[in-house]
Amino acid sequence: MADQLEVAVVSAERALWSGKAKSVSAKTPEGDVGILRGHEPMLALLVEAPLRIELEDGSKVLVAVHGGFFSVDSDKVNVIAETAELAEDVDLERAQAALARLKANPDSEDLSALRRAETRIQVAGVAKGVNTR
Amino acid sequence: MGAQLRVYRRRIKSVQATKKITKAMELIASARIVKAQNRLHASMPYLTQLVDAVSAAASHASDVSKHPLTAKAETQVRAAVLVITADRGLAGAYSSNAIKEAEALTRNLTEKGMSVVPYVVGRKGVSFYRFRNRPMGGEYVGFTDQPTYSHAKEIGEDLLKAFMTPSPEGGVDEIHVVYTNFLNMASQETRVRRILPLEVVDEVIDSSEPGNANPFPLYEFEPGPEEVLDALLPRYVEQMVYLSLLTSAASEHAARRRAMKSATDNAEELIRSLTRAANAARQAEITQEISEIVGGADALSA
Repeated sequence: MADQLEVAVVSAERALWSGKAKSVSAKTPEGDVGILRGHEPMLALLVEAPLRIELEDGSKVLVAVHGGFFSVDSDKVNVIAETAELAEDVDLERAQAALARLKANPDSEDLSALRRAETRIQVAGVAKGVNTR
Repeated sequence: MGAQLRVYRRRIKSVQATKKITKAMELIASARIVKAQNRLHASMPYLTQLVDAVSAAASHASDVSKHPLTAKAETQVRAAVLVITADRGLAGAYSSNAIKEAEALTRNLTEKGMSVVPYVVGRKGVSFYRFRNRPMGGEYVGFTDQPTYSHAKEIGEDLLKAFMTPSPEGGVDEIHVVYTNFLNMASQETRVRRILPLEVVDEVIDSSEPGNANPFPLYEFEPGPEEVLDALLPRYVEQMVYLSLLTSAASEHAARRRAMKSATDNAEELIRSLTRAANAARQAEITQEISEIVGGADALSA
């Protein structure tokens, strides 16, 4: 078996990203999980949060995942999200506008929309930071 | 120019203009079939992963058949039928085939003593039910040629809500979907599929057949198998709706392409026969003019 994780990120509409990686960290309802090579088989739900994939050369791929799950089995990681966006695909302005709108209207019960917007901004913000470095 | 000839020329021009439009629609539809097919293929990895995960979770969860989404109601009083039609016409019998199939299903279910609530996708279907004053559980329009997952999610959520409502309060006990399956460019067929209650048990057996001797790895579930299953089954329903929308969209474009192709062919045929008639009229006119001149000259010389 290869000495790296094989990662595939799939959303309902298309396959988003796949490749080899050193580690994957994700957020489940019970807390953050980091996955390295040799992790036991696992099937866990995801919550709206950035998913970090660290590649062998140290660079990172960030994906905004909105609900879904991931499975780990013999060093293969499959991330299956209903909707997911790579950092460079995120429309930062739109997400910020959505966040501002939702924050201005705190009695709205759409908590998941709020979290989605926050996730997008986090992912996009970090990606920008990497680019300007 | 004679009156008759002018009439023919005008009709030829009008048919030519129509032909240009139908030809353009045919080309657009063919391009969109390919697009719709690509989207269908692109969503396949998600489905396979989802089915695998559902099966794995189902094989670990305590009792799947007791899950609210898989359990059959003891008395079935109401069923929902999701009919997928087109927003626009000019697609041959595409929408009317789907409606016909839905009507047959409705009769079938009514005979079994269930009342049927239609959920309708596409303007054509909506106007069919509205014209007959039949109440709809939900109507969804404006996206049939390019459905996205968020549309499917919206429909799926509505259906799940109706399914989870107890039947005395107006909930439904069964959900069927009528869609048009895209077999290939030339043939599509209307199909009925029951999406709820789910038949997960069959899938579990399928994937553990002897040929597939590698059962699921001993997953550790987070938070737990039941919770994972609870979260996955609604996704599965939404994905089924999404796939039905996608394959119906591909079929809609194929039906429209075929309809527009025959319209273009008919226009060509019409132009040909009108050109013949126009030529005959022109020659008749010339002949008449000659005989008038000859007759006039004869009268003068006589």
